[in-house]
Amino acid sequence: MRNPLADQVVEIKPSGIRKFFDIVSEMKDAISLGVGEPDFATPWHIRDEGIYSLEKGHTKYTSNAGLMQLREEICNYLYRTQGIKYSSKTDVLITVGGSEAIDIGMRAMINPGVGEEILIPQPSYVSYEPCAILAGAKPVIINLKAENEFRLTAKELEDAITEKTKLLILPFPNNPTGAIMEKEDLEAIAEVIIKHDIYVMSDEIYSELTYKNKHVSIASLPGMQERTILINGFSKAYAMTGWRMGYACGPSNIIAQMTKIHQFAIMCAPTTGQYAGIEALKHGDDDIREMRTAYNQRRRYLMHAFKEMGLECFEPFGAFYVFPCIKEFGMTSEEFAARFLEEEKVAAVPGNAFGESGEGYLRISYAYSLEKLKVAMERLSRFITKLREEQKNK
Amino acid sequence: MREELLRIIEKNSRMNLKELAVILGVEEIDVINELAALEAEGIICGYHTMIDWEKTSIDKVNALIEVRITPQRGQGFDTLAERIYRYAEVQSVYLISGGYDLLVSIEGKSLREVSSFVSDKLSTLDGVLSTATHFVLKKYKDHGTILTNKIEDERELITP
Repeated sequence: MRNPLADQVVEIKPSGIRKFFDIVSEMKDAISLGVGEPDFATPWHIRDEGIYSLEKGHTKYTSNAGLMQLREEICNYLYRTQGIKYSSKTDVLITVGGSEAIDIGMRAMINPGVGEEILIPQPSYVSYEPCAILAGAKPVIINLKAENEFRLTAKELEDAITEKTKLLILPFPNNPTGAIMEKEDLEAIAEVIIKHDIYVMSDEIYSELTYKNKHVSIASLPGMQERTILINGFSKAYAMTGWRMGYACGPSNIIAQMTKIHQFAIMCAPTTGQYAGIEALKHGDDDIREMRTAYNQRRRYLMHAFKEMGLECFEPFGAFYVFPCIKEFGMTSEEFAARFLEEEKVAAVPGNAFGESGEGYLRISYAYSLEKLKVAMERLSRFITKLREEQKNK
Repeated sequence: MREELLRIIEKNSRMNLKELAVILGVEEIDVINELAALEAEGIICGYHTMIDWEKTSIDKVNALIEVRITPQRGQGFDTLAERIYRYAEVQSVYLISGGYDLLVSIEGKSLREVSSFVSDKLSTLDGVLSTATHFVLKKYKDHGTILTNKIEDERELITP
């Protein structure tokens, strides 16, 4: 029989997280610190609007780009938070989660097979590299450094750019490191981006979860809106992961081509979610504030717990992850995570699941109640005390 | 820090000072001083415990009573409200806009005890025009806490 599979797809490595998931799911009584989604339920008034839309019989397709009212609310939101002006008619596309926007954005921009390069800073979310490959681009990894608090520097960017570079992925606030890029950091790289005439795909899905200054979008800097695809969504800000609601904003020529792919592959984002999304943007600011406050308390708690254990960790100011360094124990991230799970029944994701530069780190999510985090930190403390004893006795 | 502190201890007044300091990102002494100030200003009125008495073997009966009263010259509703809230059976008294004046919640050991309080004490007070008593059959949510069911974590154990 003929081989039914596409080599390009077969060659893509399964996500490192998947491998770890299989081990964890066999362990029934484990506590997990491994989840990349909020612990809160979607605020009731948002759920209620979804239910209400169903009751009224809004069960049909919407336009391909999404409900006009939702696109208008997104434009209002980006104007009031970032001062960026987008046209709701031509510059916005509602997608099935931010993930779809990443995929079709790359496909709309890349000429496959001619070696166009997409720069991907890592550690970062697991889907950029596979999506780049599927779009026919050559992914080029930029390994971010702990000494820069995992921010992307202008030098690192400049060193990675070649004549073939077309697009930079900018994943901040970052999953898994919790790193942010502040205005000065963005200004420094914007200069390089403009100089080399490349585009940016700015994945700002965690934009509402920052604990220092308010998030700044690179699209708000002079000369950057016309070369930025801004990706955001409802999953993290409003605890709406299961609704699969995201969006992309950018230059109308790019959005038009993305809309074309979206039209043929997806048709439109889920209608119920779109109605809920309108309510979220109109009346959800207080919900965001409450959740952000809770995350920030947990973040402070974890940083304090690490300090007491003497575990090295830069202070992250975004998303809901901390990324402690476990290099002192002389084992790989996977070995550490596997033993931590085996011996203390706590699951955390090995840092290398997010790229080689995550080796030597562990992603700990704080999308958990303080009570759960306390139990987990007691176990982590006991575990590393044991590891230090072992090292002494070697 | 004041608002954030109040919001935390409103939900969990047992959190110790050190933990409060850590999650608020301040020093322990700041928390101590702020709590003392909040108590002195009468903003913190007590540290209570949320109990679902239904789950115990102790019998309790709660009722909400709508009370219509005649306001008194120079004192409005306050004097009569005070006469009502001084009874130990009375848990809360609110002045309400709309069809009646005071909403009084009562706690007793039995229906009979609550009924006799209403008929003997409350409705016979000078100035009380009428009462309408509603017995509580089930508490679903109280003080912002859902009492009926526990919410399970449905998330996958590991997600990217």
